[in-house]
Amino acid sequence: MLDERKPCLRGRGLTKVFGLGRSKTVAVDHVDFDFKEGEVISIVGESGSGKTTLAKMLLGLINPTEGEIYFQGKRRDISSNRKRKAYWKQIQAIFQDPFASYNIFNKIDSVLLDCINMIGGKRLPHEKKVEMMAEACGFVNLKYEELTNKYPFELSGGQQQRLMLARVFILKPKILVADEPTSMIDACSRATILDMLMQLRSEGGMTPIFITHDIGLAYYVSDTVYIMEKGRFVESGSADDVILKPQEPYTKRLISDVPKIYEEWDLSTV
Amino acid sequence: MKHTLRQVFESGKFVSGFAIFVAILLVVTIYPLLVPEPPLRIIGQGTFFEPGIYVNVYDSISAPHFTLNLDEAAERRIAGRLADRDRGAILTWLVGVGIPESEIDIANTEQLLDQWFSNFDPTVRIPGMTNADRNYYIRLNSSIQGLLSTEDVIIAHANEETASLEAAGTIRPSAYVNVGQIPNVRILPLGTDNFGRDVLTELVKATAVSLKIGFVAGIIATTIGLILGLVSGYVGGFVDDVLMFITNMFIVIPSFVLLILISFSISQEQRGAVTIAVVIGFTSWVWTARAVRSQVISLRNRDHVNLSKLSGHSIAHIIFRDILPYIASYVVMALILQISSAILAEAGLSILGLGPKTTEVPTLGLMMNWAMIYQAHILGKWWAYLPVIIVIALIAFSMNLMNTGLDQVFNPALRE
Repeated sequence: MLDERKPCLRGRGLTKVFGLGRSKTVAVDHVDFDFKEGEVISIVGESGSGKTTLAKMLLGLINPTEGEIYFQGKRRDISSNRKRKAYWKQIQAIFQDPFASYNIFNKIDSVLLDCINMIGGKRLPHEKKVEMMAEACGFVNLKYEELTNKYPFELSGGQQQRLMLARVFILKPKILVADEPTSMIDACSRATILDMLMQLRSEGGMTPIFITHDIGLAYYVSDTVYIMEKGRFVESGSADDVILKPQEPYTKRLISDVPKIYEEWDLSTV
Repeated sequence: MKHTLRQVFESGKFVSGFAIFVAILLVVTIYPLLVPEPPLRIIGQGTFFEPGIYVNVYDSISAPHFTLNLDEAAERRIAGRLADRDRGAILTWLVGVGIPESEIDIANTEQLLDQWFSNFDPTVRIPGMTNADRNYYIRLNSSIQGLLSTEDVIIAHANEETASLEAAGTIRPSAYVNVGQIPNVRILPLGTDNFGRDVLTELVKATAVSLKIGFVAGIIATTIGLILGLVSGYVGGFVDDVLMFITNMFIVIPSFVLLILISFSISQEQRGAVTIAVVIGFTSWVWTARAVRSQVISLRNRDHVNLSKLSGHSIAHIIFRDILPYIASYVVMALILQISSAILAEAGLSILGLGPKTTEVPTLGLMMNWAMIYQAHILGKWWAYLPVIIVIALIAFSMNLMNTGLDQVFNPALRE
């Protein structure tokens, strides 16, 4: 059934190398993947495994050293500014650190207005824009009246991350790359944010790609899981297959590293 | 913004630097309003008049005279008129006629004169004394006699018909005038320079011109450095390589040598203050460019820049809205340092005689140059160069103080 879904992002031999000669670092090493539209994908790995580099390549923020990315079946072309802008209407991101994600000199309104401009709403009357912003804020349980004329850094981490979701709500991209969206936030806000993400997915037909180190979270939210080790995908498949019947020792280690209540934490593998 | 400004003005270092700088600026703007005299007008006939109050002698003769009977007047008159050189000569004479040196105190005027009158004899020949020296001692003796005399001085003027002198009045040694009643009194707080120009008026104008040179050069250097740094840092790749190649070339060539060559090749006629400022500006942007570039490189991979890209902003928008504000404080500090170093560079160039042309405006460097050419430092005419040095030091000091203060505000690691 899964295979009947339309392809959304496909990678062939995707590689990113930083540096030259002896200081060469292979961050992502010939990675192949097929992301289907509508499924929830998780890329799991420990820190330094190349997840964020892969995410940035998917977003088109850095160019791959080698390999191709196919978007909706066609080779991705982001060679000009206009094509890049068109691509970014389809793919958006949530970053790990909400405190570093916003320009501290811009007010919250300008963050949201940028999104309205991006979807072609530049000429809309001011009231309509306010209405759209208020709707987006309402969706993520923020009050627009309280946010207007404030700076992003005046909000809490959870609120900032929700504001990021409000952006996504306005833009309604086809793909959302969420790079550790909850790792800087406490557990309560985490559930809310994941919940909203899932809601966006079911309402907007969005394909979320989670980049995470938390295999528990990956199991909880995703359909397909990719396990990443040292720049390579070592194991992939449906969440149940990968996490309940892990084949690779690396996957087993990641699972055993999750702390569990009522059980002694096994630190021998660390 | 308001908050940042308040924070800046709470920094003691910045405020002290700012106060000194504003005081200099105020003096530079207000003084020319109070003394509206061309700064380079030659008023003194002769070089290096000492600082002091100059009272017109002609006016003081005709001004009302008052008699004050003061006991120490005569003694003080002699003490004041007997120069150190004359005292040294008296010492030499006394030693020559056989008085032990330990018994002579040249600071004690009364005792010295007693010893002089009891031992001086124009017919005595001291071995090794030239005829010129002997004549000098005779002149010295008669002038000391004249000083000690208590006779009145007669004012005379020439009769036009007979060409004979007619007494018009006498001036007694106890006559005084009130300075307030003399119409022509000129205060020269810093004396005159080698051309006989009022040093203070000249110094104020020179400070204004030097500050202007500093601002023009600093703004040019910072603008060039900022633009090159932003472009090469953000765009990267080949553009970065080319721009850094040019920058490295400017680093390798010592900028002062470049400055000398440029100043020399534009002729003396062309070398106005602004031209010199432009030359300094175009040779000193290098380190600003490198510093800005490295700041931009560290900023361009931040998430807020990525978010701005994802929001579809153009490169210009990202540079001006997402990167420039983050390095603005750094650029302001760089500007302050550029201004202060441009003032120093102008002083350096002018001392070498490559500064602005000399007929129109003074600059701090030119004043140093003039003082050096006329050997003010050897002749001990401190007022010709010391105030200039102090002003240069104060400007550089205040700007560096402001810079340090700003650094402490904007760099959290340095906060106390």
